[in-house]
Amino acid sequence: MKSVDLVGSAVGNTFRSKTRTILTILAIFVGAFTLTITNGLGTGINRYIDDTVAAMGADDVMTVTKVAENAADDGDGPREYDPDAIAGAQEGPPGTTSVVAPISSADIDELAGIDGVVRAQPVKSVDADYLVHDGGTKYEIGIGGFVAGMQLQLAAGEQPDAAASDFEVVIPDAYLEDLGFADADAAIGEPVTLAVTDAERTQHELEATIVGVSEASLGTSASAVPNDALNDALFDAQSTGLDASELDSYAQATVWFDPASPADEVTALQDRLTDEGYDSTTVAQQLGTFKAVIDGIVLVLNAFAIIALLAASFGIVNTLLMSVQERTREIGLMKAMGMGSGKVFGLFSLEAVFIGFLGSAIGAGLGILAGTGISSALGGALLADLPGLTLIAFDPVSIAVIIAVVMGVAFLAGTIPAIRAARADPVESLRYE
Amino acid sequence: MTTPILSARDVRKSYGRGANKFDALKGVSLDIREGESIAIIGKSGSGKSTLMHVLALLDQPTSGTVELAGHDTRSLTGTALNRTRNKTFGFVFQQFFLTANASVLENVMLPLKIAGVGRSERKRRALAALEQLELADKAKNKAVNLSGGQKQRSVIARALVNTPRVIFADEPTGNLDTATGAVVEDILFDLNREHGITLIIVTHDEELAARCDRRVHIRDGLIVDVVEAATATPATATAEERAA
Repeated sequence: MKSVDLVGSAVGNTFRSKTRTILTILAIFVGAFTLTITNGLGTGINRYIDDTVAAMGADDVMTVTKVAENAADDGDGPREYDPDAIAGAQEGPPGTTSVVAPISSADIDELAGIDGVVRAQPVKSVDADYLVHDGGTKYEIGIGGFVAGMQLQLAAGEQPDAAASDFEVVIPDAYLEDLGFADADAAIGEPVTLAVTDAERTQHELEATIVGVSEASLGTSASAVPNDALNDALFDAQSTGLDASELDSYAQATVWFDPASPADEVTALQDRLTDEGYDSTTVAQQLGTFKAVIDGIVLVLNAFAIIALLAASFGIVNTLLMSVQERTREIGLMKAMGMGSGKVFGLFSLEAVFIGFLGSAIGAGLGILAGTGISSALGGALLADLPGLTLIAFDPVSIAVIIAVVMGVAFLAGTIPAIRAARADPVESLRYE
Repeated sequence: MTTPILSARDVRKSYGRGANKFDALKGVSLDIREGESIAIIGKSGSGKSTLMHVLALLDQPTSGTVELAGHDTRSLTGTALNRTRNKTFGFVFQQFFLTANASVLENVMLPLKIAGVGRSERKRRALAALEQLELADKAKNKAVNLSGGQKQRSVIARALVNTPRVIFADEPTGNLDTATGAVVEDILFDLNREHGITLIIVTHDEELAARCDRRVHIRDGLIVDVVEAATATPATATAEERAA
């Protein structure tokens, strides 16, 4: 028997006992549907986290702070006062303050010299007083840092150009209405004024062009993001009147490493930085634990779906055993007519695989429809505060994997009945009444 | 004399072991010439079905040999055995063994499908076989909707479709009324005479057996009598067979 005929016969036989086949397919459908939804949930949330990571920083960058000499564990008692120490900008759990030593230009040079570091640059953090558009009301705003490679989640416009010499800024969408813009697109290209106060209590105003409007998301606060030129100008204005030693003192530095380097090389680089007395955090690490929790939850949900599939696979065994029983004579006849045992086995296991395929394809298809429906319904209501989050997203590869796995399970379930059919003795089968 | 198409040599077949051992065949020797029609007659439990299964290479004898056109069939295994059965034999059963919900055409094509014949070729040959049995108009009908006679004619079409050298018929008229049975008999004997297909009929119906060239009587696993139609006396024929 040719393979194509074997497949054709198996598919044809599947529908001979329609009710039984449909019930079995339904059982598999439930498992595949659940698996698709839970998997989609994992894909959706993790994709959102990945986007957020890109909005928080580039993936070839780590934030470096210098460990203060008196940075002992909190459990060791009160910390000695250090006039040079800077309260760390990195957030810790509530109730703790991390204290870091200042990073000077010499330290930046030292960082740049460490093996694996491509480039090091101080983080010039700016405290803006207000943001104003066209002589309107002044609003307080925070200034976020931007490094090349970051991908802000934008409602309109484009990313700030790190290389541009013009002053560019991306403003959060929460400010649009109050600044007098009709929508995000209307703000693009418009001038805004940012003000900073220097050490001598003088206020400086700088005008910049809005190049983009960012959406609020998980990792970013509602802050304006300037390009390098604007940030430097703001920092210089803010630093007016400081003496040289105060100028040369930063809380954080940004270190670039080779984006192609694997995770263990990044870890090795972080170890070397630790040896030199620096703490470092990559963006991925900042969100890593969050991702691990999501993965854990998805794993548990998937486990439930797989239990449903296991139950369904016994349904396949049952369906096919009944089928083999009913078709004893037919199997005998086919064997008498010269059909080999291997082909008989193939016929029945293909039937199992086809049942598995139908159940999983229908399950995955409806799962995608239901998931898309649920996430767009939730996106408009419950999760409206998290723009950019598609709760249940689907990745063609994982859908294909689900279908393949279900077909594999169906094949395994089909082997017991298929072996029984293959072993049937034609003489005995033909005698069967 | 030409080599017989099938030749059984002291074939024994037993089932079970020890106290439960049952000897279905106790040393049967029989030559079947190409193109003849032969009836194997016996009561139920006589061993006639077992003999048919052994001759059709569906079952292996416990001892003794079966030769197919002079070749020992013990050397045939696996794929070669399956191919030989598919190409050489056609089967007609009392209970028809048609797949009820498949079309008549599908049923008739089954041996060709198993042989790996292409789709259009097998359809052409199956339709030709149905034409020969005047069933072409029923090709699309489901097998379950046919009358008994039509079913048995479909089964004969299925047995013929591979142009076999031997047709085994196990009580071919057992489930048919007398008139329909007579039609089916005529078809089988026509095939035997006009196409030279060797016909081996297993039956307990003496009238059907009487139409065959030879009648072989089996009782308790042994050939007790061989009757050549309209020729030699039973005694001499039996002696010949025993000597062989």
